[in-house]
Amino acid sequence: MFSETIELRGHIIDSLILPKVLDQILTHGANFKIGEIKIGKKRADQSFARIEVSAETSEALDELILRLRQHGAEVDKRADAQIAKAPADGVFPRDFYVTTNQQTFVRFDGKEIEVRPAMMNSAIVVDRKRRSARAVKFFDVSKGDEIVVGHQGVRVVPVQRSTSRTDLFQFINAIIDADEPKSAIIRELAGELQRARAAKGKVAVVAGPAIVRTGAGQHLVRLIESRYVDRLFAGNAFAAYDVERALFGTSLGMSSELAFARGGHENLMRAVNVIREAGGIAAAAQKKILTGGIMHACVRHNVDIVLTGSIRDEGPIPGVTTDAIEAQKVMREKLADVTHALLLATIQHSLAVATMLAPTVKTVCVDIDPSAVERAVEHQPLQSIGLVTDVEPFLRELADCVTEAESSSGAKK
Amino acid sequence: MRELLLCPPDYYGIEYEINPWMSRARGAEAALAQKQWNELHATLSKLDCKIHLIAPQRGLPDMVFTANAGLTIGRKFIPSNFRHKERAGEAPHFARWMEEHGYQVAWLPDDLYFEGEGDALFGGDVLFCGYKFRSDIQSHRAVADMLGCLAVSVELVDPRFYHLDTCFCPLPDGAAVWFPAAFDEYGQRAIREHVADLIDVLPEEAMHFSCNAVVLERDIVLPEGAPKLVAILQDRGYRCHELPMSEFIKAGGACKCLVMFMPQRESAL
Repeated sequence: MFSETIELRGHIIDSLILPKVLDQILTHGANFKIGEIKIGKKRADQSFARIEVSAETSEALDELILRLRQHGAEVDKRADAQIAKAPADGVFPRDFYVTTNQQTFVRFDGKEIEVRPAMMNSAIVVDRKRRSARAVKFFDVSKGDEIVVGHQGVRVVPVQRSTSRTDLFQFINAIIDADEPKSAIIRELAGELQRARAAKGKVAVVAGPAIVRTGAGQHLVRLIESRYVDRLFAGNAFAAYDVERALFGTSLGMSSELAFARGGHENLMRAVNVIREAGGIAAAAQKKILTGGIMHACVRHNVDIVLTGSIRDEGPIPGVTTDAIEAQKVMREKLADVTHALLLATIQHSLAVATMLAPTVKTVCVDIDPSAVERAVEHQPLQSIGLVTDVEPFLRELADCVTEAESSSGAKK
Repeated sequence: MRELLLCPPDYYGIEYEINPWMSRARGAEAALAQKQWNELHATLSKLDCKIHLIAPQRGLPDMVFTANAGLTIGRKFIPSNFRHKERAGEAPHFARWMEEHGYQVAWLPDDLYFEGEGDALFGGDVLFCGYKFRSDIQSHRAVADMLGCLAVSVELVDPRFYHLDTCFCPLPDGAAVWFPAAFDEYGQRAIREHVADLIDVLPEEAMHFSCNAVVLERDIVLPEGAPKLVAILQDRGYRCHELPMSEFIKAGGACKCLVMFMPQRESAL
């Protein structure tokens, strides 16, 4: 999106110039945001409005602004962003601008350019020759790179609330507490997942070990089998528990019948060893060593598995990215085209993913801990739903809803 | 008594084309134009007003349209900044004349086009201002600032009605004669919101420049060719003086374009 700020002055209310300009912006397929408006108090007093106009392309914006000038719109002459050179590899200049995950523009040579990709907690590097700007992490900056410093010439455009009120996420946009009913929302979510699949959206599931431990794995498998999951983000532990469950019927030594099974933690260690011996999850599945569980379903249905490590990991299972910086890069890359994210029962991993999501990604966070839900959804203020609940009933109901809808639509055919 | 400024048509003619009415190929007949102007002058002379004449200048054929010289309120004269270079030469002559006659001349910034009374007419206490073809909307704001009044800017959309006074004529009783199709939808709404009593002119009568009328209390001097409008105005108790204006309509002007009020108002409030 490209944008420009215009100002209108004069008897813009009595002359209906303000509504005319706003209507023209919309009829040209552009958008506006009124930044400031001062209405004259007395009859002869003039009014003032500052309006941010945004359009899909720079050409469309220029053409629209030219039209609006006829009606008295004046383009706000704003200052360019300030730039300083990175003093060393991996070091930003002091006062570097710290990004949010919102759509961001920087202005230089009098024109605004969009920062792509937008990325939270980064700095902005500008390439003047190419007229481009991108958000970078510490490891991505080289000595001499031109970095935006201060706030001048930087503009952040938060995601706008939809006016149609048809979008579930913007309509509900809340956290559903433990003691509140959830069935209606879960049904709506099932509908949203179906729409996402039909529209070739990309659904990411961020899965915590509790899914396996509570016995909710089978429901996640149903979602995977129905092709509602495109990417699975998890830690080493999640994969290890799932494999243990598949191979020995326990997770961390506990069976789904809530009885401590023979073997205890031993099962986990043996499971990890089996996968290491097989050369990884996919190899274990191909060799029919691994014949069930979530990981197996992912391999069978071509779900991208993104596994990252942590200090307490056993193994790791082959394919787990253990270098933290490398893991960030891989996750960011795999999240770039995601349209929907289900953050399920894993606070640390959910928070890591949430900070990497574009603000437009529709996000559902499910956790039994209310504060975890709150923290995970705060980055997507208009695009998120949080549910405070045990993940097992959530996944069971969601899987029931989608499979029910599948079979009824199948019956119609 | 109202005072009016006119300019004899000694050098009048179609020497360039700056609106859809003008055609150098067709031209205006000088003798007939002189006769029609004399008739206007004679008609106005018999009414309750005092007529001033400014000396016409060779090479400035449109100087005859004095309404476009500027806008006079009280003793203040705001000269026009003509959009077309063909007419820009008129401005200093009018400004000098007004200054010599005791008016304070207040120029607008050079970069704001404004064509005087042609695009700025008081209706009640609102200064209606036309924009797009000749005057810039920004000039309205500057004029409103100078005068401390409410200026309602309306967009003109039909190039044949390129000045406000070709399609809008306020009457002393608070009503106004207008040709709605000359304005965009917002302009029409803005006018309707500020003028409760509007008399619509039919398209065929608007083409005879019927809105381009000089209103002196109960007397209205307008071009011939608008029998329906004249009947409505007579019903309302106005005396209508219909004049042949063919030679001036060829340049896109008629009775009102040939006259500037000095002042249009004693004060803007």
